[in-house]
Amino acid sequence: MMTSKPRTLSEKIWDAHVVERRDDGTALIYIDRHLVHEVTSPQAFEALRMAGRPVRRPDLTLAVPDHNVATTPRVGADGVPFPIADPLSAQQLAALEKNTADFGVPYIDANAAEQGIVHVVGPEQGFSLPGATIVCGDSHTAAHGGIGAMAFGIGTSEVEHVLATQTLLLPQSKTMEVRVVGQLGPGITSKDLILHIIGVIGTAGGTGHVIEYRGEVFEAMSVESRLTVCNMSIEGGARAGLIAPDDTVFEYLKGRPYAPTGQAWDDAVAWWRSLATDPGAEFDKSVVIDAADVEPTITWGTSPEDTAPIGGVVPDPASYADTSKRTAVERSLAYMGLTPGQKLTEVPVENIFIGSCTNSRIEDFRSAAEVLRGRTKADGVKWAIAVPGSGLVKRQAEAEGLDKIFTDAGFEWREPGCSACLAMNPDKVPPGERCASTSNRNFVGRQGPGARTHLMSPAMAAAAAVTGRLSDVRELA
Amino acid sequence: MQPVRSVEGRAIPFGAANVDTDIIIPAHWLKTITREGLGRGAFEALREDPDNIFDSEEFAGSPILIAGDNFGCGSSREHAAWALRDLGITAVIAPSFSDIFASNAFKNGIVTVALPQEAIDRLMEVAATDPITIDLENQVVTTPFQDRFAFEVDPFRKQCLMEGLDEVGLTLARDASVSTYEDRQNAHMPWLAKPNGEIAA
Repeated sequence: MMTSKPRTLSEKIWDAHVVERRDDGTALIYIDRHLVHEVTSPQAFEALRMAGRPVRRPDLTLAVPDHNVATTPRVGADGVPFPIADPLSAQQLAALEKNTADFGVPYIDANAAEQGIVHVVGPEQGFSLPGATIVCGDSHTAAHGGIGAMAFGIGTSEVEHVLATQTLLLPQSKTMEVRVVGQLGPGITSKDLILHIIGVIGTAGGTGHVIEYRGEVFEAMSVESRLTVCNMSIEGGARAGLIAPDDTVFEYLKGRPYAPTGQAWDDAVAWWRSLATDPGAEFDKSVVIDAADVEPTITWGTSPEDTAPIGGVVPDPASYADTSKRTAVERSLAYMGLTPGQKLTEVPVENIFIGSCTNSRIEDFRSAAEVLRGRTKADGVKWAIAVPGSGLVKRQAEAEGLDKIFTDAGFEWREPGCSACLAMNPDKVPPGERCASTSNRNFVGRQGPGARTHLMSPAMAAAAAVTGRLSDVRELA
Repeated sequence: MQPVRSVEGRAIPFGAANVDTDIIIPAHWLKTITREGLGRGAFEALREDPDNIFDSEEFAGSPILIAGDNFGCGSSREHAAWALRDLGITAVIAPSFSDIFASNAFKNGIVTVALPQEAIDRLMEVAATDPITIDLENQVVTTPFQDRFAFEVDPFRKQCLMEGLDEVGLTLARDASVSTYEDRQNAHMPWLAKPNGEIAA
């Protein structure tokens, strides 16, 4: 019998999608699912139009608006949609509607119950599947790795390439293992873990690699938590990050609108089970993390690698040996309005954002609501919003009465969308103010010009809302 | 796409590390439906400073940008490449680039040159006063002072840049292979080859 070299999960998915190998080491890779949103697609559709090219596989494509949509009510009591205030947003949303109609691409309307953030919608609809190659013109496409897909963000020229050919010409990424040993402590979430991991590997730690997250911690996680972890692979520099699909994933997907049924389902599960990394397979790079080291984790600076346990202090730039990092930290602290040595739990916050493709699924709202139940936001907190990742998440949360807990606590309960994660819709953080945010990027100006972002888990953001400062949620238990 | 054989001229000695694409072009500029005119928004926050390097008499319109490690990290927005192009930048030299940015730059005819930090330090010094040449054909960066820094470039990307090839057109020419792959997938994994259902919406 022939024995083949043991392979990793990502190598197996890659091998199953090679259309043609080229002499230069790149390969033409087949793309199984293509998610499209309004911001990174108009120029791609326009290029197809100019060249007279059709979309090769509209049936493998799904479009939904998310970045630009307002999260305030979008339809009046009479059922008529409100006009979109910003003419540029209106134009971009109209372009998506027209482009998808012209090219025959399935489109979820901004006012449909299924609308939501593209990375929440894909798994929720069973459109994203394990073992599939999934792309979207958005770097957080890595999220879909949580169900065991090879999913990565692409630029608009690549969106055009996929629309026209259903393939991409790619160099094969190197493989990287992030292995977490042991168990997470009580009250420690997947968001704390991924922030901790990024703090360890740095924002370029995974560049050129696909990360596979391995260890009992991930096996014990819900699908929602896995999506959160994989979502932020890009903050660690990796275009894709994934977790081997298992029964937890299969149970999550079964019965979803686009998921296979009957015999096809059984065949699919059999293949999905075969994808796990073979014993003895080698990774190009390996990082081992001790789960016991993970505390509730937040960011203090303007790079996602600027992480610290909540019990820590603002770092001193002088403690960095590398001069360019020292300068970067000085600049970060000036922007963030923090002083070296300051206790993180003494930093006041004025804004709370619970949402984004990282943390806007049902379990995120459950965990924040658990902290908020019977409590109200502190007086110093001026603006607190909870933004579900999709209309279906919103409906589920409302069925569980979670919306009431948020509004009783002084939060606004919003319509689904990308919202305050990035400053391109009406939800922005004012200049010079701080936001305890469950999103994925704390870059300069990310939540609005001059806005100061601290990344954290939904439970930690809820704790910050209650106390009016960065807080350890375990102390509110 | 216009063929690129070399990029020659003044280089902006920017030097910053971990420059994310939100810095290169903030999100509010992403509402456009064309590729043009984004140069005005390029490095917007930095250009609020009247003494910024991008608008200085000496460096405005320079074709080369020199930056630090991990250039273009963060969001996949190709608007970052469009904004640089609109600003007149057709080459970036840095110790390393994010994967997605490097791909986006290439697809817009922007040459990304990765060189070790020592070479970057030397080029930053030269750039303050003199021009730099990036010779793509011979894969070398030179200065008027006999500096020569060889760099690696993906052979396919090099060919596309030098010949101004349309990548979509190249792949469409491989259509038969794609159809063969689709037939095979449809036979072995029909559930993957075609989504099962439809969203009512």
